[in-house]
Amino acid sequence: MIISVASGKGGTGKTTVSTNLAVSIDREVKLFDCDVEEPNAHLFLNPEFENSTPVFTFVPKIDADRCNGCGKCAEICRFNALAVLGKKVLVFPELCHSCEGCRDICPEDAVEEDARELGVIDSGHRNGIFFVQGCMRIGEAMSPPLIRHVRSYARPEDLVIIDAPPGTSCPAINAMKGTDFVLMVTEPTPFGLHDLKLAVEAVKVLNIPCGLVVNRSDIGDRQLWDYAVQEGLPILLEIPFDRSIAEIYSRGQLLVEEVPSWRPIFARLYDAIVDTIETRRSIQ
Amino acid sequence: MKELVIISGKGGTGKTSLTAAFAALSSNHVLCDADVDAADLHLLLAPQIKQQTDFIGGSIASIRPADCTRCGICIEHCRFSAISDDFVVNSIDCEGCGVCVTFCPEQAIDFPPQKCGEWYISDTRFGPMVHARLGIAEENSGKLVSLIRKQARDIAEENGRELIITDGPPGIGCPVIASITGATAVLVIVEPSVSGLHDMQRVVDLASHFRIPVLICINKFDLNPDMSATITTKAGQAGLQIVGRIPFNPAFTKAMVEGITLTEYRQADPDLLTLVSTIWQTIVQSDALQKKQADSILPIINI
Ligand code: SF4
Ligand code: SF4
Ligand code: SF4
Ligand code: SF4
Repeated sequence: MIISVASGKGGTGKTTVSTNLAVSIDREVKLFDCDVEEPNAHLFLNPEFENSTPVFTFVPKIDADRCNGCGKCAEICRFNALAVLGKKVLVFPELCHSCEGCRDICPEDAVEEDARELGVIDSGHRNGIFFVQGCMRIGEAMSPPLIRHVRSYARPEDLVIIDAPPGTSCPAINAMKGTDFVLMVTEPTPFGLHDLKLAVEAVKVLNIPCGLVVNRSDIGDRQLWDYAVQEGLPILLEIPFDRSIAEIYSRGQLLVEEVPSWRPIFARLYDAIVDTIETRRSIQ
Repeated sequence: MKELVIISGKGGTGKTSLTAAFAALSSNHVLCDADVDAADLHLLLAPQIKQQTDFIGGSIASIRPADCTRCGICIEHCRFSAISDDFVVNSIDCEGCGVCVTFCPEQAIDFPPQKCGEWYISDTRFGPMVHARLGIAEENSGKLVSLIRKQARDIAEENGRELIITDGPPGIGCPVIASITGATAVLVIVEPSVSGLHDMQRVVDLASHFRIPVLICINKFDLNPDMSATITTKAGQAGLQIVGRIPFNPAFTKAMVEGITLTEYRQADPDLLTLVSTIWQTIVQSDALQKKQADSILPIINI
């Protein structure tokens, strides 16, 4: 089972929820930090990293001896990553989407495989948790391939929690799609609600059951609750604003370890997620 | 003309609330909301849309079953596993590379350009604004960001406006790169937490990678004074100017609930308003924003 923890708006407490949830579940868990642009979960989990592997993607390299300058490679490239100047092919590797169309089309077999580093995958353990994170290389523009790499560490029998990137576009979609449940973390403010609505629409496109965690539940206004009722979205947990929670977070500590009374609350959140998935399955 | 891009790396640091407050304090500017994936600035500025244009992003493949002989060549060529065994393209997985289209022996694959969103030119009570809405689950956000920044520039040029204030997206990926390349300076709004510091360092590295001068503003600094001190030290070591420190104050959220900027919120603490106004003056007068592009070459910083 894979639970993705997502949010339309950034900074709503996604990482707080995913890390505290992972350490509160009474069975083996894998926690994947798929927010590869700004991976933060490790700061709270403090795992022992055992492996660090750079991840690469295909980019073309042109063998000038073989190339006849026909320009077919530049013609098939939809991403302007190749240009033919006279008889010479110029490669702009940072624009390449690794479709390998240039390699497939070249009549002279002049397109060879080169690589661009997407970032690094780190993995390690902390107590019963197997932790994997992607950390995107500074200057790299495309996060989805690295997100897919992180997700490849899941086995069908695993319980996986994914800390997804914020938003509703390709990075968030790549972290959420194919998961069994999306736990959406939001806050009851106009920004929080506006971005939540967008994220819920994205989850609908993916057809995944979804539930809410309302963080800082006593700030802002009450429109979020009306929206949740209207959409039939269960609110599985409310966390009130508390300066001491904010301070625990700011120091990189886990709420359930600093205030142990939170542990059973996060354990029950997991039970509620399992219940929601099962109820939905039985309806279908 | 100058462009200040306000970013944060990490979301939720108060970037958009501050952008709106600065918009209210500034004059002769153009506003640009480059956070096209989850645009929020309009919730505070209530733009009156004057012009609305479709954003055509990339194309997506679509197989016409009537013409398809099920030869399987397209599946072989698709590196994104976007074509199912029964020859249907999953539009969410399709990268829009068009390789299948080229190789299909029956020309059975259409490749229509997609409407991926909309962008708008609007008026607000604080000047013209360019903003956009990326469609749900769409790609090409970088392209849309570049497009609206260009529009903002054109408007600034036509109307003799000297400054573009751009609300940037979170993260360090394609929309952020598209937001900051070629800008005069970036302002990073950071909150004092281990993740705030971590994300600030990555976004500062990114700005340095593209040689864009960086200013730092610490928001909610009193939530962790030690961490605020650490951020100040690290910024100092890297030669980054801290333009100000703002205490945690519920007035930001209250103004947001009323759909107005902090500066328009009547119950806001006058000291807070003075502080934000002083910070804006500091930003406007900063070396990062005042220096001409040519002599503001920054070293690659790794803080
Ligand atoms: S398709 Fe091959 S031969 Fe033609 S220009 Fe490209 S690399 Fe050269
Ligand atoms: S792999 Fe695809 S995107 Fe990259 S250069 Fe070749 S054709 Fe262009
Ligand atoms: S390559 Fe063309 S004809 Fe062959 S299976 Fe694909 S769509 Fe059908
Ligand atoms: S356009 Fe590219 S990604 Fe889309 S189905 Fe065809 S080969 Fe696959």
